[in-house]
This record gives sequence, C-alpha cells and structure tokens, in this order.
Amino acid sequence: MPVTHKTLVKSKQGSNAQSQQKPLAAKTAKVVSKKKDEDDGTEIGEGGDEWMHGKTLIKPPDQLDLTEAELKEEFTRILTANNPHAPQNIVRYSFKERSYKPISSVDQLAVHFFLEGNLLHRDSDEARRQKAKQGLPDEKATVVTETEDEKLETPGGGEDGAHSVDSKTGKKEQKLTNQFNFSERASQTLNNPLRERGCQTEPPPRASFSATANQWEIYDVYLEEMQKQEKNKEKAKAVPKKEDDKGKKKLTLVETQSDDLTKVAKVAKIIERMVNQNTFDDIAQDFRYFEDASDEFREQEGTLLPLWKFQYDQAKRLSVTALCWNQSYKDLFAVGLGSYDFTKQGRGMLVFYSLKNSTYPEYNYPTTSGILCLDIHPDRPYLVAVGFYDGCVAVYNLKEERPEPVYKSSSKSGKHTDPVWQVRWQKDDMDNHQNFFSVSSDGRVVSWTLVKSELVFTDIIKLSLVGAVSEGPEGVPPPTMACGTSFDFHKQINYLFLVGTEEGKIHKCSKAYSSQFLETYDAHNMAVDAVKWNQFHPKVFISCSSDWTVKIWDHTIRTPVFIFDLNAAVGDVAWSPYSSTVFAAVTADGKVHVFDLGINKYEAICQQPVVAKKKTKLTHIEFNPVYPIIIVGDDRGYVTSLKLSPNLRSKPKEKKGQELPRGPEVEIAKMEKLLSLLREPENSKGRTESWCQTDYGPQALDFRR
Amino acid sequence: MAEVEETLKRIQTHKGVIGTIVVNAEGIPIRTTLDNSTTVQYAGLLHQLTMKARSTVRDIDPQNDLTFLRIRSKKHEIMVAPDKEYMLIVIQNPSE
Repeated sequence: MPVTHKTLVKSKQGSNAQSQQKPLAAKTAKVVSKKKDEDDGTEIGEGGDEWMHGKTLIKPPDQLDLTEAELKEEFTRILTANNPHAPQNIVRYSFKERSYKPISSVDQLAVHFFLEGNLLHRDSDEARRQKAKQGLPDEKATVVTETEDEKLETPGGGEDGAHSVDSKTGKKEQKLTNQFNFSERASQTLNNPLRERGCQTEPPPRASFSATANQWEIYDVYLEEMQKQEKNKEKAKAVPKKEDDKGKKKLTLVETQSDDLTKVAKVAKIIERMVNQNTFDDIAQDFRYFEDASDEFREQEGTLLPLWKFQYDQAKRLSVTALCWNQSYKDLFAVGLGSYDFTKQGRGMLVFYSLKNSTYPEYNYPTTSGILCLDIHPDRPYLVAVGFYDGCVAVYNLKEERPEPVYKSSSKSGKHTDPVWQVRWQKDDMDNHQNFFSVSSDGRVVSWTLVKSELVFTDIIKLSLVGAVSEGPEGVPPPTMACGTSFDFHKQINYLFLVGTEEGKIHKCSKAYSSQFLETYDAHNMAVDAVKWNQFHPKVFISCSSDWTVKIWDHTIRTPVFIFDLNAAVGDVAWSPYSSTVFAAVTADGKVHVFDLGINKYEAICQQPVVAKKKTKLTHIEFNPVYPIIIVGDDRGYVTSLKLSPNLRSKPKEKKGQELPRGPEVEIAKMEKLLSLLREPENSKGRTESWCQTDYGPQALDFRR
Repeated sequence: MAEVEETLKRIQTHKGVIGTIVVNAEGIPIRTTLDNSTTVQYAGLLHQLTMKARSTVRDIDPQNDLTFLRIRSKKHEIMVAPDKEYMLIVIQNPSE
C-alpha cells in the first residue's frame, strides 16, 4: 500500500503569525489603551481595527472606570509560542531515583488542523515507484501488443496466473485494479479420494452371572483362600515332592472329568441309613426310648427286648464264631464267621455291622479259612486282629480298601499248627509297635508284634499238661502240650493272664515266666470255652464250659466261688460293663441267661430264648460298652441285638439323704461284699465251701478238692 | 464304583422305596427310577428347597452344613441327602 504523506500545519506558521501579530499587537495596544478591554488579546487583535473605526464609542454600563494615568499606562503583551493549553508541570516517576521528577521540556505542539492529502511530490520515493510501475506498462505496451497473440495462446494453469494478470493489466492500459494493487492468488490441491475402512470383531462372549452373597458363601471363600495359602506354604517347604504332587494332580483331573458316581458314595450311605431307619423305625425308637414298664411288677426279673437282627446273605451257612464291639465307634461291631464243625471247614468271613444299618454290613472281608476269634484294637479302632481255623493270624486295617489283611502269619513265621482260639491286643511295646497275643490248641501262647510290614512272633508260654495223665498204649510218651482254648488278660495287672485249656483246667500265668504257671485251677470237666476277668473287681474271673456250668472264681482261692448249672452247653459268658455283679451267658438251647449276683445269688434274673428255631445254638455274646444292649451270635450266621430291661441294669438303691457314689469303686465294693459273705462261713466252718446251684443236671463238682 | 452301584441298588429294592433320583449340582437329574416328568418335577423343586434349607443352616452358623432333609407327608416320605456335587433323593413309603 503506498504511503501517503501527511501534511501538518505546523506551528512554524504559527510563529509567522506570531511575528505578524507583534506589530499588530503594538498597534492594538495603542488602540486598546483607549478602550482597555481585558478580554483575550488575540481575539480582539485581529478584528480590532475595523471595529474601532466603524462605530462611535459606546460605553458599556459595567465598564471599569479608570483614571487617565491608568488609562495611559502601558501594558506589554508578549506573544509566545507556548501552547497555553499545554501542561506546565508534568511530573514523571523516575524508577532510577525512585521519586517523581518534573519534566523540564514539555511538548508545546498543538495541532489545529489535520488533513490527509493524496498529492505526491514527484521526486519522492513513492512517486518514483509509481512512475516506475506506470512506466513499465507504458514501455511494454508497445512490445506487448506485438506479442499479445502469443501470450494469449499460452495461458497456463495457475502457474501462469501472474503473467496472465500482468497481461490483462497490460490490456487495460496499465489500469490498477485497486489502489493497493491487491491480487488474489488461489490454488487448489489434489483432493485425495476418500476411502472408508471398517472392521468388525466378534463380540466377547457374554454370559449372565448371578449369585447371592451370604455369610456362608463369604466364609467358604475365606476357607478356600486359607487352604490355598497352606498348600502354597507346604509346596514351598517340600520342594522335592513336586513329582508326587503332579501325579496326584493328574489323578484328580481324571476323576473330575468323568461324571461317575463314586462321589455319591457318601450320600448314598446316608440315604441307605435313613431308609433303613424308616423301615425299622419302631426298632430304632425302642432302642432309644423303650423301657419295659412291666419290670416294676416283676420284682427282680427282667426281660430282653429283641431289636435288630443282622444277617448277611453270603454268610448263611457259616456260624458266628466271634463278636467284638468297637471301642471308639459305639455302634460298630465286628462279627467273625466260620465253623466250629471239624468236618465242615471251609471259608470264613469278617463282617462289620453298624446299628444304623441292619440290612447290610459296613465292611466285609471274605477269608479262605474260617475265623475263630477276633479283637479290635482299643486305641486304634481300624486295626483288627483275627485268628483262623488253620492256625494263621492276620491283622486287617479297615482304613485300607483292599480285601486282604495287612499282615498275615505264614508257616515260616511261626503260625500255629492248630486253630487259634483267642487273640487279644496288648498295649504298644517299647518301640511303639502294636502287638497282640494268641492262644491255640497247639499249646502255645504267642505274642505277635507288628514290625513295619511283617509279623514277628515270640512264644510266651508253652502250656504243658499238669497232673497225671494216662500213658498212651505201648509206652508212647503222653502228649505234653495242653490245648489252650481261651485266655484273658487282667485289666489292671498287665502281665497277668489266664488260659483255659481243653482239659478243663485254667492256668494263671505271667508274661514273665515262660514255663511255669503261677496257679492252676481245676475248672471244668470239658474244655473251657471262655474265661474272663471281671471288669471292676481285680480278683474275680468267670469261666464257662460245655459241661453246662458257669463258674466264678476268686483267683486267690483255688475253688470256685459260685457255680451255676445252665442245663445246656454254655457257649460264651460275658461280664457287663456297667456292673460288677451282672453277667450273661448263652447256651446251646438258644437261651440267654442274665445273672445279677447282687440281686439273686442262685438264679438267673432272666432266662430267655432269643432265637426262633430251637435247634440254633448261641455261640457268642457281648455287651455294648455304652448302650444297654447285647449282641448274640448263633451258629446260623445271625446276630441278634437285644435290649436289657431296667431290672437287668439295676443300680443299688440310694439311701435317703445319701448321694449315690458312682464309679468302679462302688462296683468293687459290691463284689467284695458278696465275696466277704462267702468267706465268713469259710472261716467259721473251717473248710472251703462254695455256693452252687444244684437244681438240674449232672453235678459238676467232682474236681473240688 | 461298583460299591456305589450296589448301594443304590439296595436302596431301590428296599422295602417301601418308591423311587430314587440322583441329581447333580445344577439340578439336572442324572439317574432315576421314576418317569421323566415326575423326575424333572421332583428334581427341580427339591433342589430349590435343599438350597434354601442349606442356606438357612449356614446362615445361622457358617461352619455348619446340611446333612439331610426329610419331608414327611401323608402319603410318603421324601428324603434328600445333599452333597457338594450331587444330591440323592429317595421317596419311601414307611408304613408299608
């Protein structure tokens, strides 16, 4: 844009005016002195002459009256170039001196008129430039007109735009399109073709999830977390066991994949028991709650209420040869099945029943030989020791799945040569190995120890025949070994035990002495089927035999204290766990006899047949340690459970005002009282005498000395 | 495996038992001795009820858990034994 020059009416002209005004002022001063106006001198000065001449003097009314001398006084008026409107004392803040400082020179310039013009001096730069511009088109005009046609033919695209503009301006005879010489320049770039690109992915799989947040769900999650942490700790500790873990992991993976029913096992068991409970609901109720009310009217007698009957299909032809309650699980008991018949020897079975399920056993183990005895370990309820007819002993572990015993004695390892009639667990020995004892017809009492994976045997004692024995024909040396048929260990005195033999004798032995008996009792005419220490009284034991008798002994006295004749071969006898004076016996005529010596010293307080068919012989009897029931096994393979009526479980009546002392001391005292009653007449009469029941059957008193 | 089969068979042939159903964790019957519609009905309804019962027991004490559930009605008795993964339902007529 060309720059326009501004012209200013400068104050220089004013200074001219000033100099002109001076002489005028001198003139007017004179004139004014006549008039003496005190108005602004400049205003009056210019038009004062004409005014004065034209008119006569008129005095305004408020004119100052001055004296002639004052009128003649001359006042000098000076015209200066100062701008009266300019400020006179401008003060500026000086940062250097930190104060206000007056500015000495003040701009006196006053602009009166301002006009922008458009005239250029011909020698100025701008004029020259314009000339040049105009000159070029002027000079070129002649040249261009010649080459006009050519240029018109070759207009390019946007690149030739400038030239075309120039040529156009040339055509128009150097006419400027605008005073600023504005030309537009536009260009267009290539527009890239637009392409749309899109892609679609599969939406993430969705599933709706709903759950409840209960207190127990939170608890479960916490438990899982804890277990995981524990596992991690264990893994961190046991690094070399990684392989085992992997193996186990694989196993678990396989199991969870298949939809098999092994997990239903536990639930199925529960259901089975429930179903059985429903079916035998009345029995279950009786077991728990029924107490025979008619016992009050019966004085001393009691009854046995039949409860469940246990039978196993596959054991039909076998007879019950052993019974044992489990000490830890009070509803579980073991049944050993075999045969007492010498001719009918075959297989056997070890079966476990629970009172909760009477139709099917909990565990069952078939054996090749008939079982004759068994015992469950008092501390380890999963260990069962079994004695067989063929002389072997075995130990079963219920925790393991396999049907074979964990340990089994063989002919190399000192098995008996004759049937094993009784086994009993002992307390763990010094090396914490479990061990048990067995007695057999071959006359040996053997102790077996479970060492790692085998049974180690130790002969404890060899039973030798005592007493005169008829010599065999032709001087054959008599057999020197007695046949042991039963034994029992003292409850408190560990080393003391009794052995009953086939000859009818009972030997009191000690574990320490291997050849000598401590005592021998001439007990019975026939083989001693069972010998049992009293649960409470340390001196009393009971024995029974097929000679129809049951005898009670005090081990310090060589003759029995009580003798009972039961009119049939007695299969088994057992003390009750709740009273020292109560015991029960089973006979071959299918009857159970319960005695309470505290109530009746001569007769049974209960004699009851418990099996339907009269030909079945009862073989074994056991009291439950907790519940008032007994189980009875017979030779047809059935086990019957019976509940004892209250009269059979009577406790001594409490005297008024006295608290009933409970505990074994009471029982011992009871027994002691009984015994003392018997001992008194002994002392008084000076000879031994024993009470006996002589109502029926042959006398069995021949062996008294 | 065979033992479980035997046990289930014994239950089925027990006196008074009308039917048995094995249901998995989602409420789908796996094994049954009843007809399809009845099975589905029993399984669905009892599954819900068992879950509710279990929830109740555990809410009171989270360390506790439901062992079994019996519903005795006029006609028969329904017994349910729940487990972590399966549930066994047995319908028995106890008075028979």
